[in-house]
Amino acid sequence: MKRAFAILRHNAPAIIVLVGGIALWEAVIRGLAIRAFILPAPSSIARALGENWTTGYQILPAAQATLQEAGGGLIAGALLGLAVAFAVARYPSARDIVLPVGIAVNAIPIVAFAPLANQWFGSQSVYSKMAISAALVFFPIMINVLRGLTSVNASSLELMRSYAGSEMAVLTKVRIPNALPFFLTGLKIGTTLSLIGAVVGEYFGGLNVALGRVVVESASTLSFEVTWAAIAVVSAVGIVMYLAVLAAERVLIPWHPSVRGERVA
Amino acid sequence: MTGERVTDVPVVSLAGVDKDFALPGGATMTALTGIDLDLRRGEFVSLIGPSGCGKSTLLRLIGDLTQPSAGVVTVNGKPAPQARLDRDYGMVFQAPVLFDWRTVEENVRLPLELTGQERTARDARVAEMLELVELPDFARHYPYQLSGGMQQRVAIARALTFSPAILLMDEPFGALDEMTRERMNSEVLRIWEQTGITVVFVTHSIPEAVFLSSRVVVMSARPGRITRIVEVDLPRPRGVETRESRRYFEMVTQVREALRSGEGSGTSDDSLASIERAEAEGLTG
Ligand SMILES: Nc1ncnc2c1ncn2[C@@H]1O[C@H](COP(=O)(O)OP(=O)(O)OP(=O)(O)O)[C@@H](O)[C@H]1O
Ligand SMILES: [Mg+2]
Repeated sequence: MKRAFAILRHNAPAIIVLVGGIALWEAVIRGLAIRAFILPAPSSIARALGENWTTGYQILPAAQATLQEAGGGLIAGALLGLAVAFAVARYPSARDIVLPVGIAVNAIPIVAFAPLANQWFGSQSVYSKMAISAALVFFPIMINVLRGLTSVNASSLELMRSYAGSEMAVLTKVRIPNALPFFLTGLKIGTTLSLIGAVVGEYFGGLNVALGRVVVESASTLSFEVTWAAIAVVSAVGIVMYLAVLAAERVLIPWHPSVRGERVA
Repeated sequence: MTGERVTDVPVVSLAGVDKDFALPGGATMTALTGIDLDLRRGEFVSLIGPSGCGKSTLLRLIGDLTQPSAGVVTVNGKPAPQARLDRDYGMVFQAPVLFDWRTVEENVRLPLELTGQERTARDARVAEMLELVELPDFARHYPYQLSGGMQQRVAIARALTFSPAILLMDEPFGALDEMTRERMNSEVLRIWEQTGITVVFVTHSIPEAVFLSSRVVVMSARPGRITRIVEVDLPRPRGVETRESRRYFEMVTQVREALRSGEGSGTSDDSLASIERAEAEGLTG
């Protein structure tokens, strides 16, 4: 109870800004009589959300499908990023090839490949969306983990050498723990990117019940309240994924400045 | 010679050791030259000398963390690299070098994990070591939750966990206040007396060197070399009375004078050192 109160107090400014912002939004829409196709009022977005939750546009199942695609893409991209980072860290000669190529590939707007991915994996398939997500997620994870594996204190390495630690011991006891906060940072960036990949993939066709489809179809029938409702749900899914990584950080790296700093009330 | 529990077999021996560092641009920098030093088992030897005279380098040579350009380093009767692989020494670096992601007990446990010790024996040993450095209440703390002096004590506990024959300590108390430092000195002496370990101790503090050591090795810079070895014949066990005794002040003065003459400013009473210095200047200048 005391703890819940502390959390509430800690987050009070953010909550006030959020609630106040929504109230202001509602007031402005009503006061200036702005029409729905420009910007609907929060109240009508909420109503649209309720009406289309499981019927109509079926936002709940749509969100589940999108979450599945984004989650799958995130996991696949993270695994790929980890694998490449470990390989490059292990064989430094590979760095001169992998990094320039990786940076060049990262400069390509990967979402532009969404229609092609639908072509390759089948537009109805969840895998085409996962592929785009994974491609977006891969780079920040790879770069972050690689930095974590290689930016180890020289003195830590010297300490391990003084104990005649094997290369394997250096990897498991120094490099991997050092890389963990970097990986989690990559993962936080990855949550947002994985959702972008999934939703944009859905714009170009896919499962009928998916948030990207809801956005496209509701907009084409001028049901903008539903469009906004879908966008709100995408944001909520993104926030939940982000919070999940934050929670993982608290458990996995309680010693890290970013985590222990948060406890200062 | 001082009659403390020592044997005549050298536990560390450097014979004709030089250490040159290659500098960018092809030049070389002579960090150490003509180092001959034998340490007897159970000795407590301090290295003292001006900044940059090669004390850390000497310690790192013994630990096989760097290799000599000439000469032979023997540790525990074997070549230094073999002694490192056999984990014959524990090193305490100037900075504590604790792993942020490990709690105090996990940090102390690290060497035992590397030697593959069985778990229950390992945990008992870690508890014993934390007892020794008076930190049992902080076993589950992370390094960031400790003061600098406490971190250094954790590093000492870690170096001692696997009972090395030799303890190499590089200015372990350099960053501590005078009172904490004196307390840490007493702790290190207690550990040394309890374990019978051979200690090589780098310091910038003359009183600290005298208080702790059986012998003080005085070095001078450019190029780094040994100019004098001062035998410290203060009785043991040493404590508060030692620091207030006349003999202690005499020894401190003796080491200070040895240091000053090594600088080359005053007249040297050590003819060998001045000859060596003249030779060295001729070679490098
Ligand atoms: N890796 C290195 N490359 C080049 N020069 C080095 C290297 N390590 C040490 N040196 C040089 O060797 C000399 C001795 O260094 P060392 O660290 O042993 O000095 P020190 O006596 O420990 O000094 P301090 O008391 O300041 O710690 C210095 O002049 C330093 O510049
Ligand atoms: Mg040094």
